[in-house]
Amino acid sequence: MTTQTKPEEAAATAAERAFLSVRDLKVHFSTEDGVVKAVDGLSFDLERGKTLGIVGESGSGKSVTNLAVLGLHNRKNTAIDGSITLDGQELTDAGEKQLETLRGKKMAMIFQDALTALSPYYTVGRQIGEPFMKHTGASKRDARVRAIDLLEKVGIPHPQQRVDDYPHQFSGGMRQRAMIAMALSCDPDLLIADEPTTALDVTVQAQILDLLKDLQQEFGSAIIMITHDLGVVANMADDILVMYAGRAVERGTVREVLKTPQHPYTWGLLGSMPRLTSDVDEPLVPIPGSPPSLLNPPSGCAFHPRCAFTEDVAGGRCSSERPLLAPGRAAACHLSGDQRQQLFIETIQPRLG
Amino acid sequence: MLQFLIRRTFGAALILLLISAFTFFMFFAIPQDPALLACGKNCTPDALAIIHKNLGLDSPVPVQYWNFLVGIFAGRDFAVGHCAAPCFGVSFANNQNVWDTILDRFPLTLSLTVGSLLVFLTLGLGAGLLAAKYRGTWLDKTFSSASLVISSMQIYFLGPLVLLALVYSTGWLEKPKYVPFSEDLGGWFMGLLIPWVVMATIFTANYTRMSRSSMIEQLQEEHVKAARAKGMSSNYVFFRYAWRGSLIPIVTILGIDLSSLLAGGMVTEFTFGLAGLGRLALESVVNKDLPMLMGVMLVSAALIIVFNLIVDALYAVIDPRVRLS
Repeated sequence: MTTQTKPEEAAATAAERAFLSVRDLKVHFSTEDGVVKAVDGLSFDLERGKTLGIVGESGSGKSVTNLAVLGLHNRKNTAIDGSITLDGQELTDAGEKQLETLRGKKMAMIFQDALTALSPYYTVGRQIGEPFMKHTGASKRDARVRAIDLLEKVGIPHPQQRVDDYPHQFSGGMRQRAMIAMALSCDPDLLIADEPTTALDVTVQAQILDLLKDLQQEFGSAIIMITHDLGVVANMADDILVMYAGRAVERGTVREVLKTPQHPYTWGLLGSMPRLTSDVDEPLVPIPGSPPSLLNPPSGCAFHPRCAFTEDVAGGRCSSERPLLAPGRAAACHLSGDQRQQLFIETIQPRLG
Repeated sequence: MLQFLIRRTFGAALILLLISAFTFFMFFAIPQDPALLACGKNCTPDALAIIHKNLGLDSPVPVQYWNFLVGIFAGRDFAVGHCAAPCFGVSFANNQNVWDTILDRFPLTLSLTVGSLLVFLTLGLGAGLLAAKYRGTWLDKTFSSASLVISSMQIYFLGPLVLLALVYSTGWLEKPKYVPFSEDLGGWFMGLLIPWVVMATIFTANYTRMSRSSMIEQLQEEHVKAARAKGMSSNYVFFRYAWRGSLIPIVTILGIDLSSLLAGGMVTEFTFGLAGLGRLALESVVNKDLPMLMGVMLVSAALIIVFNLIVDALYAVIDPRVRLS
């Protein structure tokens, strides 16, 4: 997702080069009330050593996308369509055994809350060493050495002693570090971080993000950073994908999306974020309304019921026709490029300060 | 751990003391003279007075209680002879030594209780695990609906049915009886097989449902998903991660169920004509036989306390957070 000159060609080469490539992914759950279209036609690419930030409100399909990549969705009630290729290997039709050899080794996940994501019944060392034993056939003793190594790498003091501690004996920040150590156990090429800092206080957040950046430089992993915190993405990501109601609505580099956002939803997200430079008396502007039901999403552009600019589009296309997201730097919106440019400069930018 | 044990032992002693005092004084609140029972049809006031003296009923109640307590540790002398420590007295009804009677009946009750405990834990937890593993399939539905039906099968209803089917009409098994297992292990096992299974039936159904729901809850835990995300196989995660956690609520319920287990034992003894502590307890209540009643109460209470200690120790084995705090 770099150049903009010839979109089709650029997309094709990006997909070839990409380490992880998701094409037209659909994840639909069947429930008693009907089919929930949690992810509905999502495409993105990620290269080795790069970080992709996926941003959106709760229920926009961020986490579901990544569970689908790992194959951890409930197979009984979930229909998956489209393609996910990791290093040339198709994942959507891979068998459970095949996925087990990939999980933890080639792709690993850092969960949001380490308190619930680490089992209270086993020592931290055992939980870190377990995937190492499974994937490399290492002995218990080697796994322990590996766990101590990793604990040291993620900055746990006295790893020789702490390796035999249980998660409840760790502080919140240390648990998150241990969780990261567990994900790094087999040097995965793809690291999915699902809101890795949401449960932590701000100083620890910064430390964890720095740690992730350092580790990425060392291991060269690709990272998917799922978050609703634009500050985290600004700090970490190379590219940004903004999701709304199971679809990507805007895509670009961090600079492009944060400096010159093009989609009204992204404007809303940026407008609801506090800024150090703005006046303290100036209230934050939330996006009106609430995220749509994925059981019965709005017609046309899913954002149109909450969008302030639908009248600028002729013929009511916002509620009748779904805008497409072009490859490369793009936003899925019926407003023309000039209109967006003008609206952003005149009404949005002054508010963002 | 040592401190924990000492504290618990003191607690247990206190509980036993309170139970004994409560039972003792409550007994004398009953407006009927226990000596009348021993006195027979042609009772004269003189004969009654002699019996009172022989049974030690002529002194004030607190003194009687004190003598009872002393007897447990030091032994006592009765008109019928010496009663060595631990002396719980002599039965009002038949002059038998209470402690000897209890020792005679206790092995049956222990065999019955522990045996059926093992049966329902094995079957109940096993069926619950299978139902959770194959949730939503015909297997799960069969187990779930069967456990609903079976949980309403009372011992006194199921017992005679099983006896009719397996003993009286087919002769496949012998009528339940108690053979001390030090004498004949096979006879002990075959003699108690039917009572074990019948007594365990309701518990099995309940523990199946409990184990299933606890397991389903655990399988949705984040750490189970995290273990899957690092590539551990579904069977490994099922047993190592989910099962371990699912045991904690089950152990809690087990601690609560221990007294109903003893009550179930009582009904089972009656159903199959076995002579254990449960039968003894009921007989002593009917006969206003205070020494026997006290003895059975205290032994049952001690049994429940010991079981509870084991349950508490199980928590520590399962959950390091209990062990280390």
